[in-house]
Amino acid sequence: MTVVRAARKTPRFADTQIEMAHGAGGTASRRLVEGLIAPYFANPVLQAFTDAAGLSVDGARIATTADGFVVKPLRFPGGSIGELAVNGTLNDLAVSAAKPVALMATLILEEGLPASTLESEIEAMAIAARRAGVPIVGGDTKVVEHGKADGMYVSTFGIGTVDPRATLDPASIRPGDKVLLSGPIGAHGITILLARGELDIQADLVSDTRPVWPFVAALLETCPAGLRWMRDPTRGGVATSLNELVHAGDYGVALFEERIPMHDAVRGACELLGLDPLHIANEGQFIAVVAEEDADAALAAVRAVPGGEGAVLIGEVRAEPRRRVIGVNGYGGTRVIDMLVGDPLPRIC
Amino acid sequence: MKYVDEFRDPEVIAGVVREIARTVDPARQYRVMEVCGGHTHSIYRHGLRDVLPENIELVHGPGCPVCVLPTGRVDDGLAIASRDDVILTCFGDMMRVPGTKGTPLELKARGADIRMVYSPLDALRIADQNPNKHVCFFAIGFETTAPSTALTILRAQALGLTNFSVFSNHVTIVPAMRAILDSPDMRIDAFVGPGHVTTITGCRPYEFIARDYAKPVVVSGFEPLDILESILMILHQLHAGEARVENQYKRIVPWEGNPPALRAMAAVFELRPYFEWRGLGFISQSALAIKPALAAFDAERIFEIPGVRVTDPRGAQCGEVLKGVLKPPQCKLFGTECNPEHPVGALMVSSEGACAAYYRYAVHAETVGA
Repeated sequence: MTVVRAARKTPRFADTQIEMAHGAGGTASRRLVEGLIAPYFANPVLQAFTDAAGLSVDGARIATTADGFVVKPLRFPGGSIGELAVNGTLNDLAVSAAKPVALMATLILEEGLPASTLESEIEAMAIAARRAGVPIVGGDTKVVEHGKADGMYVSTFGIGTVDPRATLDPASIRPGDKVLLSGPIGAHGITILLARGELDIQADLVSDTRPVWPFVAALLETCPAGLRWMRDPTRGGVATSLNELVHAGDYGVALFEERIPMHDAVRGACELLGLDPLHIANEGQFIAVVAEEDADAALAAVRAVPGGEGAVLIGEVRAEPRRRVIGVNGYGGTRVIDMLVGDPLPRIC
Repeated sequence: MKYVDEFRDPEVIAGVVREIARTVDPARQYRVMEVCGGHTHSIYRHGLRDVLPENIELVHGPGCPVCVLPTGRVDDGLAIASRDDVILTCFGDMMRVPGTKGTPLELKARGADIRMVYSPLDALRIADQNPNKHVCFFAIGFETTAPSTALTILRAQALGLTNFSVFSNHVTIVPAMRAILDSPDMRIDAFVGPGHVTTITGCRPYEFIARDYAKPVVVSGFEPLDILESILMILHQLHAGEARVENQYKRIVPWEGNPPALRAMAAVFELRPYFEWRGLGFISQSALAIKPALAAFDAERIFEIPGVRVTDPRGAQCGEVLKGVLKPPQCKLFGTECNPEHPVGALMVSSEGACAAYYRYAVHAETVGA
């Protein structure tokens, strides 16, 4: 049987109010951004809908990106809003093959926020930026009345130079190309969910927040021509990132379900709560599509970087079913893996 | 992961699949209803349709709590939530079920205090923490969730809480199965029995199905191997010309059920004379109301609720899908007007709903809307 799916259309935004799902990174977010916001700003750079905007300035290839952070709670096992705000923006640059040059940060602070809390987040930002060797060169600070924000929000802006060896282009993706994942999925989203303390579940789990540039650098070193596409699968998870890829292309992606790495705690929590780990946010992973002939070398290169030992080739690009991500299991069963619908875990980053 | 991995072992599953292929009679058509929405979800989630012979047709049953909840009851719950002095709590599944004026999620975005909980005890905790508010728990579900609601009400009584109530929409599975068996368009050969419900009720309540209707019932677990083994057990019964209640899910389901849970239900609930089920209409003695002695915790007695009956939207064929007469994509609205983001009917909402499962997971759909 063949699968028929209508070609990608710009989603129309007909919702009458903003709901949490519009910020969850799934279909509602896409509708909001592509259906309401982007049409007003229409330009070719924006309409590529990449993680970072690629600009050419006097012949130099520059990437810029901005990201807002509203995570609750502010501190969680393995990280905090400050560290996340730095790593998140750096990673948006990294998956655009851009080596970061500088960051800027805007802080929105709630009246009554303990100064010590603010200071520890500033320190977390400084440590994360220093680790990546990127200066924070400016920003803005605003304060709102008590009750009008949840402690603090952070917005960061990043700029980087695109690696001259990079040839990222989803249009070059061919059936047979492999999907590379850098490590176990879902740790960040489930850590935040458990850190809220609303569930009586305890697990030995920490957020995976980290910069992914070292892995990207290894790929650029090993197989720059075979590196076709990269994403950091944050809100909406791996499933949403891959769906965004196939919706824009003329091919599908098959994931081998048993190969997808995740911690037992993530798997257990997802089983218990009825969540799909492929929809859960990551803050220190990336997925890449690499040419079939470069796949083994790419995998070895990522695994050779400390922290990349858990990298796996989780799937492949297929001609059919087009514009679909499917999961294939070890006994021949298949399922569609769709984008995130709704809002299973609000305010995870 | 223990109790999961061994039931998803590809080699063992492939063995059972081969056994099914050997056992099945190619000249025969089999129609097997999985009663429980959890099974429906698992069948699609694990791609079991792909590995079963074509002449075994799986028919999705009515065992999805939000799916069988009529729109009027959603409206009643939202009427309670609209009061300034009320915090309405409900399971996550309920948040996107449309009432006539929108979903709980939409009402929440407009300012109503509606909170998702994972257990009715969470609702009790919210009541304890908010003494100036009334906290109402929108209770749904079959015998699986009814005992925890019952115990929560008993706990609230023991704590002397005066700001907590339950809007009971609990239903019982056996009358719905009987209604399907008595339905003139019934064409089902056997049932995969609901594993979780039976943990509470035990297997005896299904004996009339084998005895009076001569249909096999195999109570099944939810992992791929459980469901496939249950189907194999059904084939063996059908070929032997037998009709018995069998328990495939012995590791969880005791034949006699869970007597303490049944006692808690009996202490708190009584059968309603009749209750409306979406798609199936009014079914007598099929739902649970809170006993008059516990009226202080019964939202239906505390609040004035509209109690208006609302028919399904024009074109929606939820009822036919719920009874297994239509497959989800055969509904006129499937994938077009009705999709998981904008569900028209509740079957498109819950992960246990046949339409949502089909839309989300079925690769071999003839057409799926964009």
